[in-house]
Amino acid sequence: MTEQLLQQVINGLLIGFMYALIAIGLTLIWGVMNIVNFAHGDFLMVGMFASFWLYTLYGLDPIFSIPICTALLFVMGVLIYRFVVSKVMSGPMLAQLVVTFGVSIFISNLAVYLWTPDFRLISKPLLTGTWVIGEIQLSIPKTVASIGSVITSLFVFLFLKKTKTGKAILATEMDREAALLMGINTERINSFSFGMGAALVGIAGAFLSTYYYINPQVGGVFVTIAFSIVALGGFGSIEGAFIAGILVGLVQTLGGYFFDPAYKYAIVFMIYLITVWIRPQGLLGW
Amino acid sequence: MRKMTFKQICTGVIALIAVGIFPLLTTNTFVQHIMILFFMFGMMGVAWNIMGGYAGMFSFGQVAFFGIGAYTSSFLLITYHVTPWIGLVAGGLVAAGVGAAIGYPCSNLRGHYFAIASIAFGEIVRTHFNNWKLIGAAEGLSLPMLNEGFKNFMFHSSKLPYYYIMLVFLIIALVICYLISTSKIGYYLRAIKESHDVAKVLGVNVVWYRLIAIMISAFLTAVAGTFYAQYILYIDPESVMLLPVSVQIVLISMLGGAGSVMGPVVGAAILIPISEVTRVWLGHKGTGVDMLIYGFLITLISVYQPKGVWGLFTNLGKRAR
Amino acid sequence: MGIIHEPGQEGKMKKACLEVKAVTKHFGGLYANDHIDFSVEEGEIVSIIGPNGAGKSTLFNCITGFYPPNSGKVFFFGEEITHRRADTICKMGVARTFQVVQIIGDMTVLENVMTGALLRYGKISHAVKKAEEVLAFTGLGEKKQFLGMALTIADKKRLEVSMALATQPKLLMLDESMAGLTVVELREMIDLIKSIRKNGMTLIVVEHVMEAVMEISDRVVVLNSGKKIMEGSPKEVVRNPDVIQAYLGERYVVGQ
Repeated sequence: MTEQLLQQVINGLLIGFMYALIAIGLTLIWGVMNIVNFAHGDFLMVGMFASFWLYTLYGLDPIFSIPICTALLFVMGVLIYRFVVSKVMSGPMLAQLVVTFGVSIFISNLAVYLWTPDFRLISKPLLTGTWVIGEIQLSIPKTVASIGSVITSLFVFLFLKKTKTGKAILATEMDREAALLMGINTERINSFSFGMGAALVGIAGAFLSTYYYINPQVGGVFVTIAFSIVALGGFGSIEGAFIAGILVGLVQTLGGYFFDPAYKYAIVFMIYLITVWIRPQGLLGW
Repeated sequence: MRKMTFKQICTGVIALIAVGIFPLLTTNTFVQHIMILFFMFGMMGVAWNIMGGYAGMFSFGQVAFFGIGAYTSSFLLITYHVTPWIGLVAGGLVAAGVGAAIGYPCSNLRGHYFAIASIAFGEIVRTHFNNWKLIGAAEGLSLPMLNEGFKNFMFHSSKLPYYYIMLVFLIIALVICYLISTSKIGYYLRAIKESHDVAKVLGVNVVWYRLIAIMISAFLTAVAGTFYAQYILYIDPESVMLLPVSVQIVLISMLGGAGSVMGPVVGAAILIPISEVTRVWLGHKGTGVDMLIYGFLITLISVYQPKGVWGLFTNLGKRAR
Repeated sequence: MGIIHEPGQEGKMKKACLEVKAVTKHFGGLYANDHIDFSVEEGEIVSIIGPNGAGKSTLFNCITGFYPPNSGKVFFFGEEITHRRADTICKMGVARTFQVVQIIGDMTVLENVMTGALLRYGKISHAVKKAEEVLAFTGLGEKKQFLGMALTIADKKRLEVSMALATQPKLLMLDESMAGLTVVELREMIDLIKSIRKNGMTLIVVEHVMEAVMEISDRVVVLNSGKKIMEGSPKEVVRNPDVIQAYLGERYVVGQ
């Protein structure tokens, strides 16, 4: 019995690390420019499809296509910011909320149009199979993805704390006006952060594509969960998003295990509601 | 909001007459269907507006109320043979109650936070209904084919009665919204939208007024839900409780002009025909082109006309320095 | 056998407009207000001054129901208002403005004041009349159709005062209403406050602009680092060594 529980905990961690990476991108965008990116899940989907097509058309294994996916999503994020999002920054809040919905619907249906709604799977990835340790099963692609997520998150953390651009991003997050006064080009920071947020979730998508079904609507579920994570961790807090991502992964699997699997997402949404009722700043937010 | 001018009243009466005669001039049931949907979404847009446009509570979870209304009346009809007219009121009250129950702990949430909470709320309700055996779970509910007639709120031979009933509902919703906007409640809601502090300092019980707005909005949206159930005669969580429908309701109000009484009607008049027509002409192949255009439109509207088109029609003439 | 009233005793029976008793508010280990005691008689203008961070706005928030104090009590004409909701306190007759001016930008000047008037006059037409009266009094009558967001900072402050007045308070609390005003606008605001008092209002004013404080105050309360360090007439306060030290540092205390 405890082995089953341990298995669930491990499953929870494995999905939690992926959630963490997805949430970090979302919280970065939120923290820097106060935009709720409802299209975040669709960026994930694009990352997954990019990896899939690189594999199918060029035989490039997902692990090696990560740099390409990162660059692709980064550019996509920057372009979407420049041509769409930046134009509503000074508009009413309602427009800011709705515009990313529009982008989301556009991207997901563009995917349907280009690639049909069919489910795809990468059939023979390099990393496949399961490690079996006693009664515990450890899926190799999921484990590699989790390790990749941790490494990426660490990289993000160091980037923000140590590099000039990173510190500029943090400064803009904390106090936009002060950052402007210090000579930081906040528009460029916005662009960069949006691109970076998209790139991060693109990496998550590339990792996910090694074991998850790929289809145009896959982003929807992920993005709503990502909001709960970002709220729990504290809007704008990178460390918070990481920790909360793991927690939510655990809650989801354990909740589904102890209660009803059909409700596992509902439980996650309850977390969002409870967090904003009781501790609106989240675990680590300001 | 200012009281209507004579010119506006005349335009309204003419529009009313035109809309009233319209279905008699065409036998195209598709067109009638579009008009019915237009009225229905217009009503839901007006209902949303009371919460969102006036009080600043941007709800992306209105479908939950729509579904609660549809399911309450349908369940009462199927299981207890309660007439849908009572079911309609019951559905509205249940929705209002649920809205207040969720709204109360969310009393301090504004802007993005409230929006996400409303999405979470909508999804939780949908998941629940998807798994609730009592009301059919994912299979949904099929309404019984009763004898045609007003009493049963069911008409089989023609869409016209549905057309006029929905139109009357829409007008009632507009009247309620108008009364709110020209009364104490309207001013207080707009103050709340600007800042809770300003409202409090003028003696407004913010929590109470927010709940009132939610309850009225929920009630009206639920009524639309009951209508839908009686019109389509089949409901299931995947068709009456999806997030995209909530987004559409928000979009209608935004396009038309959130915070104005007629705004959502204008928005619905533009958006519903476009989305229905593109869906039928381009969507049936499953290529997603209709939604592609829709998504593009949403983006375009947010960027270029975020305050809505209603402001262009009426020259509100507020002076600014 | 009747009750003999000694002449002059009636005045002593009257309750003070506002009594602040040992109000304490701390955030973690930081005491923003530490056992603050003072009272305000009806018809007075009391100014609260002190260096930045002294706890003046926190005190306002504690009195008007925006923060619940950790300890202490506040009485308004004898009735306790500690821990009451902000809107209830407003209904009881306490109105306030904010350090960062808060008005309703999307509404016209008239609509803004009407929203305040609606507290006592539920009918829109009555509220309009009351609002126009208030605007005539505060001098914004000609701008009543201007949108709130389009006003200058001085007019926004005047609008905020108008909105507060429309709720027909017995006590008006102004939080730094003079900040950011030009010399001319300052004079207008001082005159406005004086005419408000002339109509029988009690005022508590947080202020940094000393010339205004000297001119309008009956009494001054000085806060520093959360504590009340002195209370007295404007002239007494300005000469007090503790007050001078608080503002300028010990070096500037020069004899008495």
